[in-house]
Amino acid sequence: MAQHDWNRRMKSLLDELKKGKILVSDGAWGTLLQQAGMQPGECPELWNVTHRPEVLGVAKGYIDAGADMILTNSFGGSPSKLAHYELQDRTAELNEAAAEISREAAGADRLVLGSIGPTGVILMMGEVSEETLFEGFKIQAAALERGGVDAICIETMSALDEACCAIRAAKEATSCEIVCTFTFEKTVDGAFKTMMGVAPSDIVKELTAAGASVIGANCGNGFDGMIDIVREIRSVDASVPVLVHANAGRPVMEHGKTVFPETPGVMAAKVGQLIDAGANIIGGCCGTTPEHIRALAQAIAAHG
Amino acid sequence: MDDLITKIGECVERGKVNLAAPFPPAMKGLEGADELTKKALEANAPVDAILLACNDAMQRIGAKFSRNEVFVPELLMAAKAMHAVMAHLKPFFQSGTVKAKGKFILGTVAGDLHDIGKNLVSMVVEGNGWEVIDLGVDVKPAKFVEKVRENPGCVVGLSALLTTTMASMATTVKEIRSNFPDTKIVVGGAPLTAAAATEMGATGYARDPQDAVEWLNTIGIAA
Repeated sequence: MAQHDWNRRMKSLLDELKKGKILVSDGAWGTLLQQAGMQPGECPELWNVTHRPEVLGVAKGYIDAGADMILTNSFGGSPSKLAHYELQDRTAELNEAAAEISREAAGADRLVLGSIGPTGVILMMGEVSEETLFEGFKIQAAALERGGVDAICIETMSALDEACCAIRAAKEATSCEIVCTFTFEKTVDGAFKTMMGVAPSDIVKELTAAGASVIGANCGNGFDGMIDIVREIRSVDASVPVLVHANAGRPVMEHGKTVFPETPGVMAAKVGQLIDAGANIIGGCCGTTPEHIRALAQAIAAHG
Repeated sequence: MDDLITKIGECVERGKVNLAAPFPPAMKGLEGADELTKKALEANAPVDAILLACNDAMQRIGAKFSRNEVFVPELLMAAKAMHAVMAHLKPFFQSGTVKAKGKFILGTVAGDLHDIGKNLVSMVVEGNGWEVIDLGVDVKPAKFVEKVRENPGCVVGLSALLTTTMASMATTVKEIRSNFPDTKIVVGGAPLTAAAATEMGATGYARDPQDAVEWLNTIGIAA
């Protein structure tokens, strides 16, 4: 399926995992792009062509911080999300550019995971067909592969039907390994569920059956929750590789600015617990910075 | 008749839209909110009673959602069933037979394209008897101001999903306040907390759609 020999995958995520090392992933992109001047209401994916140096700067920041892998600026790159900006016809171009930027930053010896986020469509409502989403995911995944990603990371999912649709589409359109992560919130009785009611233990079988080889959790409310979530996944599957992209806590407003409570030090202090719970790849989500990733990388190395 | 009205409420609570709807599986093949409301109206059932039964049903499902006993799918389907009832009741609102509790202007703030949470709030609040004016997603502060101007006495609801758009929400609150200082504004969304709502100057914070309804019903605004 990979037609571009010139872009042949140098590394495989699964091969790296098999070496038994805990891998370091990247942190937030949106916050950093905003710091680089992106205004509310702008399409982040359009920046891959209009502000290439700024996007490359974010990618390089995480590589320099010691990440073993980085994602791509393509989270909202599905045709249905891009349609809001009337950019759906540029889906392939914007995703391919996203992958090329991260590839350039990562070089040959770090991994690039092509980010695919939710479409915002709720399949069970029957307003958009599964075929439509499937075709959209295929275009996005194929473009990310053309741009040079090693794996596809389908993230921030909450519904099993949409996640499995994306996994199958990526599987059909590319030869990439597939990672899929869900976003869980703590319910009133202390259990973790997605907004669609899916528990961490519910995702394992379905996602791996659809074709994901790494599963996990991203976003959410910080590190403590992630430790519980990984434990729950491990209670039903001892071997599937688990990726965690944790938020730097739940944001608070201070003087009209959004501030995240978990500093690099706070997150790094809990890395050991997360590894002991069974996480294989650890990185950040909203509110995390290259400093967080540097601290995580050091803590992971120290944990041994 | 009472039996029919009770059944309509049941359909709303369980999200049974119509005869053809496969959800919930336990009610497959049965008539739904659509058919039963039509029947009730043909039998001259009092519109107020139908509405009350549905409001109660939405209240029950909203409370279950608050308690995390049900999740977005169940709430969405209930709202869809409620919508099917409302389609039959629209003429009675238009003729003034029944009145809305007030006007609620709702939107996702500028820079944020997420509409699921906002739609849930819209449907649950409407299901509770409010007139909802839904401005959609990525709504600029000026748009909110314009709509508040057009609808004196309205209440405003702001939604944000992204941690990166909380600041945009704060700007929106400020902008509305500088034009209409007394406007009641309720905010909500995944990254929000009551403390964040207070910090940005909102009147209220709703942690979920039912919370928004309860907040609206306590502030007691007349249309």
